[in-house]
Amino acid sequence: MDFLFIQFLNGLSSASSLFLVASGLSIIFGVTHITNFAHGAFYMLGAYVAYTLTEAWMGAIGFWGGIIVAAGTVALFGALIEIILLRRIYRSPELFQLLATFGITLIIEDLVIQVWGAEDLLGRRAPGLDGAIDIFGQAFPTYELVLIALGPICLCALWLLFNRTRWGVLVRAATQDRMMVSALGVNQAWLFTGVFTLGVFLAALGGAVQIPRDAVHNAMDLQIIVEAFVIVVIGGFGNVLGAFLASFIIAELNSFGILLFPKISMILMFIVMALVLVVRPYGLLGKAETHARTALGNVVRPLAPLTRKAKNWVLAALLVFLILPIFADDFVLNVGSEILIFALFAASLHLMMGVGGMVSFGHAAYFGLGAYGVALLVKFLNMPMEAAIVIAPLLAIAGAIIFGWFCVRLSGVYLAMLTLAFAQISWSIIFQWDDVTGGDNGLLGIWPSEWASNQQAFYYMTLVIVIAALYAIRRIIFSPFGYTLRGCRDSLLRADAIGIDRLRIQWFGFVLAGSFSGLAGVLYAYLKGSVFPDYISIPLSVDGLVMVLLGGIQTVAGPIIGAGVFKALSTIIISHTEFWKIILGAFIVILVVAFPQGIVGFFLERFGSKEEDIAEEKQ
Amino acid sequence: MSSLVVKGLSKYFGGVKAVNNVDFEVQKGELLALIGPNGAGKSTCFNMLNGQLAADAGSIKLFDEEIIGLQPRQVWRKGVGRTFQIAATFTSMSVIENVQMAIISYHKRLLSMLPFAGSLYKEEAYELLELVSMEDQANRPCGMLAYGDVKRLELAIALANDPKILLMDEPAAGMAPNERIALMQLTADIVKDKGISVLFTEHDMDVVFSHANRVMVLNRGEVIALGLPSEIRENEEVQSIYLGTGAVYDEELVGNA
Ligand SMILES: Nc1ncnc2c1ncn2[C@@H]1O[C@H](COP(=O)(O)OP(=O)(O)OP(=O)(O)O)[C@@H](O)[C@H]1O
Ligand SMILES: [Mg+2]
Repeated sequence: MDFLFIQFLNGLSSASSLFLVASGLSIIFGVTHITNFAHGAFYMLGAYVAYTLTEAWMGAIGFWGGIIVAAGTVALFGALIEIILLRRIYRSPELFQLLATFGITLIIEDLVIQVWGAEDLLGRRAPGLDGAIDIFGQAFPTYELVLIALGPICLCALWLLFNRTRWGVLVRAATQDRMMVSALGVNQAWLFTGVFTLGVFLAALGGAVQIPRDAVHNAMDLQIIVEAFVIVVIGGFGNVLGAFLASFIIAELNSFGILLFPKISMILMFIVMALVLVVRPYGLLGKAETHARTALGNVVRPLAPLTRKAKNWVLAALLVFLILPIFADDFVLNVGSEILIFALFAASLHLMMGVGGMVSFGHAAYFGLGAYGVALLVKFLNMPMEAAIVIAPLLAIAGAIIFGWFCVRLSGVYLAMLTLAFAQISWSIIFQWDDVTGGDNGLLGIWPSEWASNQQAFYYMTLVIVIAALYAIRRIIFSPFGYTLRGCRDSLLRADAIGIDRLRIQWFGFVLAGSFSGLAGVLYAYLKGSVFPDYISIPLSVDGLVMVLLGGIQTVAGPIIGAGVFKALSTIIISHTEFWKIILGAFIVILVVAFPQGIVGFFLERFGSKEEDIAEEKQ
Repeated sequence: MSSLVVKGLSKYFGGVKAVNNVDFEVQKGELLALIGPNGAGKSTCFNMLNGQLAADAGSIKLFDEEIIGLQPRQVWRKGVGRTFQIAATFTSMSVIENVQMAIISYHKRLLSMLPFAGSLYKEEAYELLELVSMEDQANRPCGMLAYGDVKRLELAIALANDPKILLMDEPAAGMAPNERIALMQLTADIVKDKGISVLFTEHDMDVVFSHANRVMVLNRGEVIALGLPSEIRENEEVQSIYLGTGAVYDEELVGNA
């Protein structure tokens, strides 16, 4: 009993930090409608800066002063980012905003390693609060009690701010109706900056107060951002009280979950989130968005079948791939196979988000499930490659069937968050279930059959399978089903009014996309000869998004070209520098701000025919 | 014979009685106009008729079959076509593809993955476009059409499943006066030709009185008059609602869909 109470208190003290981060995220979203992926990075930065300051400054004043100054410094940094970058993309589609802020996350991650090193850092205890008090005969750290109080204190402070100050009232008005606020003569740009700064301050404070409890390390950001997203989704985007409730729920769930289900503790919160979303699609206290936006913006250019010129290009590209083995060495062939595999991965993601309008932040889930499908079949059944290639994608399909059923019930950023959550569920199962999946060490020894074991034969096998799959995807996009899927993206109202069963169509589209992604994962497992939890991680999902956007979302060929360029570039850059993340992050940001139409879109705009001509050519 | 019999239809939004205990019938082959000032509940009525909005009370019988509680797509399959106050089309497709989609759906081939959608039912779609004089623009991207043309496209789409009844929410909104007359004349011809019934709303009283067979007037969610155009024109209560506010011929107003 006493032990349970202590566990409950532990939950409460974690809830405070979670609440600080989640409320900041929620406030930013409520006003600016930006889903700030970089929020976790600001949390991490808060912890690092606070570490440095509290090491340097003495005494209780030094400690608490260090924490406050750290949060303030990071908040100013956030304000700078808002002014320089975010102001340019407030009108961009949601996906672009998510990606740009993810790019910032990557940059900060690398900077942190450059400045503070890759080692975990142990912070100083709070002076005067480093003891423990006795609760029912158990020792409970005093500092934790301070944290427990911090959550409700911040909630009250926020309430006062939003209800008792002019600025707060304006912010609330802006949450309800942005047009009205600018009509009131308020400078909207600075209001947004203010709100963003406040949100970042809360995140950084949440990170800073953690240092006496947990080691500071460079992976804190992704860990916390996923939890914060889950909390905000459960509580309802833009709702501070909802964030408070949800922080409490998640923190207690973590606290007790680890006792009851140590093996699957990480999954619990995602299960709770999925359940909440099914019952209340906008979270516990959230409201339906008044101005529902499409995650990708409106698409006006119709997809057109290939023109004669384009057909020639495709044939030329095919020819290059066919004769590549004649003059390429094994390394190049290996990279070539990898490019082909990622072209399939990107094309499957495009089927889902470009054609289906369902933006996935967790497409790696199906890739990873396909890869692990192979690994498990080989490890436990010793299955030959020919059979495994056919059977392994079934694991990805099963995942897509289950996850997709939930996801298609949401739209926009909620859908993106849910896909992310399911990808993390899959990741945590694989990560935690060592006996079967090998956990962090992965599974090794997945070799192709004898005939395909040299680099050249494997390359040709990959080429044939990928080309066939890409052709199938293309045919699907231009088939009645593909059109129907696109119709659901364009207008739900119209789709409904001509007898289209939207949920079924989108679910089916989701599963198809997942299965092609799974097939790519299967090939990848054989290419690498091993599988790791990385194959299912957020960075891989984001790579996929970058490939699609890089190539351009508006054409079928775009994502394929994007995958090729991305993989080729990353292979070259990684071998020359250790600043890969900074470069990738900056690359994403520039892409989103300057070339939202992607490579293919860019060339079409420059040299291609106008809409009218495309239409003519169709006849 | 009645195609549609509506009894006691009601919808409340919080305290607002958007539609309150509405009864009416649509005869086979008639053009019934539903008029009323902004916010009278016309669109809400339409939304309940096609299943987009759940009614709070009442019954809607389509050829003696209860259709309340059905999804919009199910209502559509029973032969109820509809156009929207704010046009809704597939903007990433061409004009003719929009019509083809409706025909493909009608033939229940939405899930098929082998044929090219662009070459299915092309002739049928083209004929429908001819019917609404849109054949010249068949291959234009739908997102680039003028607003009046989108409305005509919507009519073509609504005709794709051989409907027995058409619900048209302000089909002529945003059109020039001569275009409005032409569109209503076209609708009247189609009705006669195919023997379908039409329920439509329209703010332009000239259009209403010259084309409708009967007129129903809604105010604050209640039916206050139902009869021949000549009777409605003389009805004092109707006159006071309209002439009193001067809102009759306000063509600019495009409310919520
Ligand atoms: N989703 C909704 N939630 C709350 N109130 C609504 C909703 N939809 C409509 N209303 C209200 O119901 C009433 C009827 O609206 P409706 O759109 O049916 O009017 P209308 O006759 O079509 O008007 P208009 O001529 O402007 O199109 C109005 O008072 C409107 O504000
Ligand atoms: Mg209306």
